[in-house]
Amino acid sequence: MTAITMVEAVTQALAHELREDNRVVVFGQDIGVNGGVFRATDGLQAEFGSGRVMDTPLAENMIAGIAIGMAAQGLRPVAEFQFMGFIYPVIDQVLNHAGRLRNRTRGRLSCPLVYRAPYGGGIHAPEHHSESTEALFTHMPGLRVVVPSSPARAYGLLLAAIRDPDPVLFLEPKRIYRAARQEVPDNGEALPLDQAFRLREGSDITLVAWGAALKETLAAAEALSAEGVEAEVIDPATLKPLDIHTIIDSLEKTRRCVVVHEAARFGGLGAEIIAQVNEYAFDLLDAPVYRVTGYDTVMPYYRLENHYLPDVDRILAGIRRTLEYPA
Amino acid sequence: MHKPRLHLVASFDIAHLRYLDEQGHATQALPDFATPDTLLSLYRQMALARLVDDRAVKLQRTGQLGTYPSSLGQEAIGVGTGNALRKDDVYCPYYRETGALLERGVSIAEILAIWGGDERGQCFTHAAADFPLCVPIATQLLHAAGVAFALAYQQREMGAKARVAVTSAGDGATSKGDFYEAINLAGVWKLPVVFVINNNQWAISVPLKAQTAACTIAQKAVAAGINCLQVDGNDVVAVRAAVADAVERARTGGGPMLIEAVSYRLSDHTTADDASRYCPREELEQARTREPLRRLRLYLEHAGLWDDGREEELQRELAEIMERELHAYREWETDAPTAMFDHLYARLPEALLEQYDEVATVRPAGDEA
Repeated sequence: MTAITMVEAVTQALAHELREDNRVVVFGQDIGVNGGVFRATDGLQAEFGSGRVMDTPLAENMIAGIAIGMAAQGLRPVAEFQFMGFIYPVIDQVLNHAGRLRNRTRGRLSCPLVYRAPYGGGIHAPEHHSESTEALFTHMPGLRVVVPSSPARAYGLLLAAIRDPDPVLFLEPKRIYRAARQEVPDNGEALPLDQAFRLREGSDITLVAWGAALKETLAAAEALSAEGVEAEVIDPATLKPLDIHTIIDSLEKTRRCVVVHEAARFGGLGAEIIAQVNEYAFDLLDAPVYRVTGYDTVMPYYRLENHYLPDVDRILAGIRRTLEYPA
Repeated sequence: MHKPRLHLVASFDIAHLRYLDEQGHATQALPDFATPDTLLSLYRQMALARLVDDRAVKLQRTGQLGTYPSSLGQEAIGVGTGNALRKDDVYCPYYRETGALLERGVSIAEILAIWGGDERGQCFTHAAADFPLCVPIATQLLHAAGVAFALAYQQREMGAKARVAVTSAGDGATSKGDFYEAINLAGVWKLPVVFVINNNQWAISVPLKAQTAACTIAQKAVAAGINCLQVDGNDVVAVRAAVADAVERARTGGGPMLIEAVSYRLSDHTTADDASRYCPREELEQARTREPLRRLRLYLEHAGLWDDGREEELQRELAEIMERELHAYREWETDAPTAMFDHLYARLPEALLEQYDEVATVRPAGDEA
């Protein structure tokens, strides 16, 4: 078996479900012959035909809306939005319909669909291509928001998302699309949604991060290890609904926590995690939970983007601030 | 100055269909379906829709119903459209839909429950594949395109029988991107979908001339490369004929169609609106003379199929039905507060259990206060 990248793992999962389930259809802009701008759908149209793997006209809101009609009528649509920066026209369809069709028909109709979008910064992309706005969507009822952070988790979580009976927004951190290779058997085994993954064991501090930010977070944990401090690293993976229990369990051991995310700080998912830690585990804490995040500014164009994205030094500074409390 | 020579690359014509004029006279031979039985049945359903709307507005005025959008004056569009579909076709309605919903088998009690604040009205016991009413303007047109793709896909890949998606919207909806996106995709993918636009001249207070510079709404289909037709939306025979033709063409692979049904909103936008603030009285009075029930009744009278006695009998029968359904609506018990969690996801995620328990314990089921 050859090791594959995360974007190849996405392709492998899509191909697996197209092969196994004839209700699955894949569509979006440039995803046919071209295989998607990141090649996530490379070869799928050749293998499964243009009746199941379709290029659409250029209209994101349309892509979101037709997926709802398809899903309600029994298909399993997987739609790609080319970049998260172009996803905002779909909020009407996602918030008003995908996330609430089951509820407003009391279970008569449902929306088993997946919206995929590459997201996050760090690839020197044009304007509007680098934001991390997952918190806009984690606020929406009835929706799942899932972010993979490795080839194996991309494969297993995408299978789970396609098979899930409810709508899933699957955000693919494009900075790590090809950052690492891993052997991922094409065995059709899904990973659980709504469950956090413990990526590193440690007893001195809990670090919570997801997507591409895990790369620097894990690097920071290794740097600390050289100093004799062992960090536990938790990847929630499903950001909504959030598995707070795995984080609280870790805090029983570590009593200190830092949340890392690329997204802007104000109202980011870190705020929700810290609010829940505060409600459920205040007595466990030896220090406030700090955040290392993007700033509450417009995501800068690429010459400055590395000043915006949390790097190892900023994460280490956040960790030290927590470890040294009260200074 | 030399004028450059141009040559014509495209042009278009918009056709208008009408069978009955304002005085109930046939303008041409009626289509085959227009037997006395069918015409009487269409008349009865329009009369029922008018009664439901009338009673619903009164219920709202007496605090027994929430905001309600009457379809007064547009009964021919809903009834004509609904009547043209097969039961297993899929309807994606907007919200001004009394006549179509009745034709689809949705009960009056369900209609009242929707506007009475209860999601269970959207259960559509007798129209299980239809979409619920759609309030965000024009969004349903995209659902219909997706449904149409699924129906064609299921026919092609799974051997299912040919079915068609039909969707409706008001004239204001045709200003939205969703409308253009839906008709555009329907054309490119040749989807089995029919778009019926109720051009009732008003989007709340904004008249059609402030909505578009196009002289018809039908012609918007030309840009999408799909078929179109304008019909007299006050003529139920024309609406039924146009929709039935479009649906059968879509069913046999002929692709999508846009139908503009020209009518007039004789009511307020909803019970929360006061059209006297903006709707010219003379225009409204003029429109009343063209309304659909009067027109079909005159035709039926000319044909010897209707008279005051039969009208009285019909109104008595419909009033009884209405009474029964009103009773069912009033008996409709408010759902348990925990119902807001029950169909949020297929299975309630663990992360929501605490909130569920909070609602379950703080406000016991059945406590409406």
